[in-house]
Amino acid sequence: MSFLSIRNLSARLKGRPDQILRRVSLEVAAGEVRGLVGESGAGKSMIGKAILGTLPQSVEITGGQIILDGTDLLSLPTAQRRTLIGAKCALIPQDPLTALNPSRRIGPQITNRLVDILHWTRADAEKRARDLLAEVQIPDPERVMRSYPHELSGGMRQRILIASAFAAEPKLIIADEPTTALDVTVQKQILKLIAAMQARHGTALLFVTHDLGVVSKVCQSLSVLYAGYVLEDSTIPDFFHTPKHPYSRALLAATPKYTDPDGSLTPVSDAVIAATRAEVEAADRSAHV
Amino acid sequence: MQFLQSVLLRLCTTLITLAGVAVIVFFVIRVVPGNPIAMMLPPGATEADVARLTALYGLDKSIPQQFLIWVSGVLQGDFGTSITTKQPVLQLVLSRLPATLELSVMALIIAVILGGFMALTGTRLRGSKTEAAIDVGNGMALSVPDFLWGLILILTFGVLIPIFHISGRVTPSLPLPFTTNFYLTESVLRLRFDLWLDIAAHMFMPALALAIPLAAIIGQLLKQSLKETMHLDYVTLARTKGYSETHVILREALPNAILPTLTLVGVQFTFLIGGTVIIERLFSYEGLGNMAIDAVINRDLPLIQGIVILFAVIFTGVNLLVDLTYAALNPRLRHA
Repeated sequence: MSFLSIRNLSARLKGRPDQILRRVSLEVAAGEVRGLVGESGAGKSMIGKAILGTLPQSVEITGGQIILDGTDLLSLPTAQRRTLIGAKCALIPQDPLTALNPSRRIGPQITNRLVDILHWTRADAEKRARDLLAEVQIPDPERVMRSYPHELSGGMRQRILIASAFAAEPKLIIADEPTTALDVTVQKQILKLIAAMQARHGTALLFVTHDLGVVSKVCQSLSVLYAGYVLEDSTIPDFFHTPKHPYSRALLAATPKYTDPDGSLTPVSDAVIAATRAEVEAADRSAHV
Repeated sequence: MQFLQSVLLRLCTTLITLAGVAVIVFFVIRVVPGNPIAMMLPPGATEADVARLTALYGLDKSIPQQFLIWVSGVLQGDFGTSITTKQPVLQLVLSRLPATLELSVMALIIAVILGGFMALTGTRLRGSKTEAAIDVGNGMALSVPDFLWGLILILTFGVLIPIFHISGRVTPSLPLPFTTNFYLTESVLRLRFDLWLDIAAHMFMPALALAIPLAAIIGQLLKQSLKETMHLDYVTLARTKGYSETHVILREALPNAILPTLTLVGVQFTFLIGGTVIIERLFSYEGLGNMAIDAVINRDLPLIQGIVILFAVIFTGVNLLVDLTYAALNPRLRHA
């Protein structure tokens, strides 16, 4: 039984027929690293938000289940769901510049969950925070914990957010494009750091990204999303050697290769997009019959 | 060190502002038609009487000369003598100041509580009918000025359901043991809660009338900035940590969302003090504002000057206080 299992999850904008998610199913086993790939607007961030219960108010879930460690999150009342998610999941957000509260020091922002939700003593929580900050290679954790976010660089803040995500030893971490907002030079380090932390702590990771290069380095398996529909679900070696779906093949051809960064790129052709669209719509129709 | 420097700088600009106010008020009330001497003399007074009295109050000198005499007095703490009551202006003004301060602060407290409550409730229950009702209430509170609220309150709680006093500051027959004019504060300190109740029942309606429009402004602005803050990433992150929505609003969003409201409250509080002039008249409340109206009616020039200067001191003081609080609450400003 997978740790996280999403079954036939559908969502749409309130009062509008267009689907944002179409019967999405995916599994993340304990300790697995799964990539969630798609172009912007494909709904990949929405899946992360649906799991964490942070969907915008304008979006409503119209069907399906999100089963976390045997419990269907969607059947729980909000307060209970939040407590459960707070104890078992964590988020590494996209933009480190806006994800830390500007009016609070770093220390409490890492320890508050441990103290308030999990009832650790303050001393234990602070020791844990110091250890984690050292683990994400932040020099002088003591000083950083007393700092305000605006005193630290973007890379530093992302390291802090990673440390904070691992603080409560969650079983599942959702990383929502964690390197997109960073400098290219910092991206690589952060990616390595996330992979290393994941390996050390054995946490399952759902890695939301539009970058197939990133997926090939960090993940073990991936789901390809198009217009809220899962087109392909496979392991990394299978996907990169024998992609099944034409859209996947086109996507791979449009991604720069690390082995050949100057090689020519083929944009995803209109024909592939039209065919994929038709397939998604046909699947929609057959589901409604 | 830097902090001290900026405070000193602010004090200097405050002094310049006060000097400007002194100049303007002094000349304007002398240019406006109306003569205090004519108000004081009975009909049929001779030219000689007028001249004698004019000379007594120094009004026969040129306006710049009068100004110099007044300013040199003020610098020595002498604001002149009231023409109507023949008492020192400083003493008169200071005796009324506590009443107005207590009223304004009470109004501010009511406004912050009401406005804060509406903003927080509206944010917690966003998208519900309650939020819509709060918005409508805010709009109504905002579109009716404070003196009209005063009249509405007098009609409702003074006439139809008479539960509050509609005039004065305290029931006149009560013996008052106070040594200062801060009646409300002193009644608490002396543990005379019977008196406190009477004074509060007198103060409640004028304070509420002043507070309602300010409460609406606070409610609207705070709700708006909370709404913007609730979409920010660090608020979302706090939600994923397992906190309740109420905790997220109060602990994560509010400390940041409150900053613009704080500046506004400072500015609006000075307007509120200005509003005491009419409200005090309406409720026959013996404060500075009521005295100001009497002084203008009687053309009591030294008293008008004294009151205006005092109001200016309060205004600039409040603004200074707001800036300092703002710096204390916002770590980004503290270091800059």
